[in-house]
Amino acid sequence: MSPANPKLHERDTPDPSAPPIQVIGLHKHFGTNHVLKGIDLTVNKGEVVCVIGPSGSGKSTLLRSVNLLEWPTGGKVYIEGIDVQDPDVNLDYVRTRIGMVFQQFNLFPHMTALRNTTIAQEKVLGRSRAEAEQCGRDMLERVGLEDKIYAHPSQLSGGQQQRVAIARALAMNPDMMLFDEPTSALDPELVGEVLQVMRDLAQSGMTMMVVTHEMGFAREVGSRLIFMDDGVIVEEGLPRDVLANPQHPRTQAFLSKVL
Amino acid sequence: MTLTDIRPTVRRRIARLSSYTIALIIVVILAFIGDWPRMGRQFFNFEIMKKIFPSIVTIALRNTLIYTVIAFVIGTFFAIILALMKMSKGPAHWFAVGFIELFRGLPALLTIFGCAYMIPIAFNFHWPSIGGSQGVAAGLTGLILVTSAYNAEVIRSGIEAVPKGQREASRSLGMSHIETTVYVILPQGVRIVIPPLTNEFVMLLKDSALLFIAGATVKTRELTTFGRDGMTSNMNATPFVCAAILYLLVTIPLTYLVGRLEKKMAVKK
Repeated sequence: MSPANPKLHERDTPDPSAPPIQVIGLHKHFGTNHVLKGIDLTVNKGEVVCVIGPSGSGKSTLLRSVNLLEWPTGGKVYIEGIDVQDPDVNLDYVRTRIGMVFQQFNLFPHMTALRNTTIAQEKVLGRSRAEAEQCGRDMLERVGLEDKIYAHPSQLSGGQQQRVAIARALAMNPDMMLFDEPTSALDPELVGEVLQVMRDLAQSGMTMMVVTHEMGFAREVGSRLIFMDDGVIVEEGLPRDVLANPQHPRTQAFLSKVL
Repeated sequence: MTLTDIRPTVRRRIARLSSYTIALIIVVILAFIGDWPRMGRQFFNFEIMKKIFPSIVTIALRNTLIYTVIAFVIGTFFAIILALMKMSKGPAHWFAVGFIELFRGLPALLTIFGCAYMIPIAFNFHWPSIGGSQGVAAGLTGLILVTSAYNAEVIRSGIEAVPKGQREASRSLGMSHIETTVYVILPQGVRIVIPPLTNEFVMLLKDSALLFIAGATVKTRELTTFGRDGMTSNMNATPFVCAAILYLLVTIPLTYLVGRLEKKMAVKK
């Protein structure tokens, strides 16, 4: 989308010097259920932030609040310096710069792998069919699926589907990627191929926020590890420090169960 | 060996065989108690058949199919809009709810009657004449109202059957609410909805018989009107029987098709 796009305004232009993700005092209620209780978090350019914690701790809700799939009930979310809750901001344009990968893949089942990667490029970024397909092919090749471009999601394994989902997000040229338990729905033998793609992505300098249960991945790839419990960030630090030497008793209790 | 020990395919075959046997027994009993010469004269009178063919096919069946298809296409178009309205918030939702409940709750016959006679009186209004009759436009309007209400509910359930993650994935790629609905949700909803919509088409085809109340000319009669007119002018039920057979010739294959589609959808899931 060029700045000449009539739907866009000065306020929609990202500030390259601002952190990709900045969350300030974030609260989220589902009815009477207080899921996020004041989260402050900044993700800097090129960082790979891994978020761990017991189920129900609010880590997925936090991730989904970043691109406003969940609308916060309090606090602020800034993406590249833009207040995304501002009703005058073009939220769809902000979302094109945030790639999102889901636990359940959420590929469009009525489209081929290639079409999955091109539809939003054409409809949102206004790329031509040829341009979009070139980019889609490149991305599918990047995740090692150049021989599956015409397969439908139902013909692919879980690991392949998740790699298509990553390619689909990458095809939008996002500035950052969100991963919501990307390997939790996979058979154990398929986890490796997806983690490998994510590892390559991290090495290429992509800003990433990853909700995961893969402690090995967090230790090896993560630049920061965040432990959440009961709607708050309990502890954060270098992954190997937090994993090897947790300070908070709740972190210790959680890690003793999963490691 | 109990019933559950039998393989399902075998069990189905046994069930089918026994229902055929029962049907055969009923037919045999009817054959013995029926007054066949009289039934032949009254229901399968060859002389009268010669009189009504081919116009029962070229006019009546043709009109039935045309009316059904027109009402179905336009009705489904409105049904999509109604379904989207019902799933929205605000006044559009309540309009759709009211519309759907009204025309699903009324007998189709009353709706058609209302379109044909009550609306013209109430608003001093004349339906455009099609083929020399105002009944066609009035009756079709009634059918469209009824179909759009029924199909709206079918389509809404289809759209709601599309997993929530599909909308989330599409929105997270930056596609707008409308783009998401058009490119992601509706194409999947339509697939889910094709078997029940085909079913609605069969129902509508049968409901088109109610057009008789709106009145028709010789050229605009559909099957039931044609059969009824043929019955009164000949003092003989043969035209009705022929109309019934023609209905079945269309509806039974369609119903069979619905079964096939449903099976195919089940496999895909």
